[in-house]
Amino acid sequence: MIDTFVPLLVAVPLLGALLAVAAGLLDDRGPPVVAALTLLGQVGLAGWIGSRALLEGPLSNGVGGFVAPYGIELVVDGVSAVVVSLVAVVSLGVLFYAVDDDPGGTAFYTEYLLLVAGLSGMSVTGDVFNLYVFLEISGLATYALVASAGTGRSAVAALKYLLFGTVAASLYLLGVGYALIATGTLNMADLSVKLAQVGYDSPLVLASFGFIVVGLATKAALFPLHTWQPDAYNDAPDSVSALISALVSTVAAYALLRLLYTVYTPAFFEAVPVARDAIVAFAALSIVAGSVLAVVQSEVKRMLAYSSVSQYGLVVVGLAVGTPAAVFGAVVHLVGHAIMKGGLFVAAGTIDDLTGATTVDGYAGLADRFPFLGGASAVLMLAMVGVPPAVGFAGKWYIALGAVRAGTWPVAVVIFASTLLTLAYFALLIERMFVAPASPSVRAAADGGEGEGERPDRPSRVALALVVLAAVVAVVLGLVVTNLQIALEPTIDTLLAS
Amino acid sequence: MIDLVTTRYTYIVVVLLLAIGAYVMIESDNLVKKIIGLNVFQTGIFVFFITSAYHVNGRSPVVESGGGGGPFVSPLPHVLILTAIVVGVSLTAVALGLVVRIHDSYGTLNEDTLSEVLTDD
Repeated sequence: MIDTFVPLLVAVPLLGALLAVAAGLLDDRGPPVVAALTLLGQVGLAGWIGSRALLEGPLSNGVGGFVAPYGIELVVDGVSAVVVSLVAVVSLGVLFYAVDDDPGGTAFYTEYLLLVAGLSGMSVTGDVFNLYVFLEISGLATYALVASAGTGRSAVAALKYLLFGTVAASLYLLGVGYALIATGTLNMADLSVKLAQVGYDSPLVLASFGFIVVGLATKAALFPLHTWQPDAYNDAPDSVSALISALVSTVAAYALLRLLYTVYTPAFFEAVPVARDAIVAFAALSIVAGSVLAVVQSEVKRMLAYSSVSQYGLVVVGLAVGTPAAVFGAVVHLVGHAIMKGGLFVAAGTIDDLTGATTVDGYAGLADRFPFLGGASAVLMLAMVGVPPAVGFAGKWYIALGAVRAGTWPVAVVIFASTLLTLAYFALLIERMFVAPASPSVRAAADGGEGEGERPDRPSRVALALVVLAAVVAVVLGLVVTNLQIALEPTIDTLLAS
Repeated sequence: MIDLVTTRYTYIVVVLLLAIGAYVMIESDNLVKKIIGLNVFQTGIFVFFITSAYHVNGRSPVVESGGGGGPFVSPLPHVLILTAIVVGVSLTAVALGLVVRIHDSYGTLNEDTLSEVLTDD
């Protein structure tokens, strides 16, 4: 019965996007209200369907009455329940910041809801071609949102992102094409059976695997396919950076998990061990290179962007190692990263609005003026480094544990090294904020501001609430992670069993 | 070799389209040409799917009353590619919109000039 409500997870934000346009024609204040109501509904729906999926096992629905494998199947299992709820909750939270910080017009809220629809669709679809369509829907919405800053620079970043993103999605489509030729089916569950029949060492299957992994790795911004990402995060409006850094690559990494374990299954890795080794090596390179690039950045948003490259490397390493602990760690780190990075981008945007500081040096002495904002962002940074009991620690711990159990201990060494590098760049920022004397820009603003225009003298309530909330959630999530493990265990066991 | 060219020529077209598209995207300085390259690249993938559906002596997949009459050309890839073409058109539209914005802001579509202007900012 509840199965029939699964398509609403995609339909509600899509409908909301249309209603936002209609509301925009009537009144300028309409679209944000429609967006908030839609996302509130989405949170409720995702929470309801997600909790049922976690408690009672996977739900699936053949859209339009066409039975799988001929029709498009929507599936909610434990992992997709977590991801779809994450999308709903984070997008609702960031929406308040967007309304507060850079209130766009009708188009902005419509794109915002379309992005949520695309991401939710990617989380629940059970069909590889349908995944491509949702990948492109969320891609298109993201490009438009990045450009919504209205500056020439943001348009350049959006175009660069568009070229990369489209090639990535096209490579994914090419991979789907090879899989289709090999098996004649597009349904994920059906593909996993038929790919095994075709034989995992068949050139068609290997080609499809390669194209799909490279395509999704580009979307998730793994080194060296990450070059679109720092510009896109840096030049987008602050609220959009928070949203896309929290969700877009997260869902791409989730899609990679889905493909690796629902479609190709662990049996593929056993038959073709080089595939696993290649992904592990690729991701480990990403962890190190992302951290090193983050250390040398002087702009804060850019530093956070490169830090994402390294964190997604961690997630993908967890996926590739493929022991239950490592896969669970990857899911935890995906969720944790979304909350921590989203919160940090909101903090960076707020600090930019308050003082105009965008560089690491500009952050000097900030915590004296804004103790709550500074304190909460320091908590988020330490959580990201992996200080217990925060969620950043939990994710890294499970991934490292899984890697050691699988005997790939070099991965644990890489994780440890990257933790030190993460500490290096975040400790620098924390030192600037709490210890260093105030920089001229901060003092000028404190004296009443001689910068461009007038600046508010305190962070807006919404932004402050979001950053503090993110910090609290990051810590609490780390404490309840064992409960999550019990809830997700059956799903991950099923994923890894086949 | 000759055999390969005569029977598998569509795959050669696919590879050529993909290569030309990728080359134009990487090598061209002009942003509009990059978008053209992107379109060529995507078209290569479309042709790949359509080729995969082809069946020697296959008929259009319309089953007449009473059934039978095969072999048919597989309709599935055609439907998929219709969707992919729609996606491609929307992407091109967004990309061209961004190009217009870039031209308004910087007065150039040349990538090198653009990166010089951007570093000066």
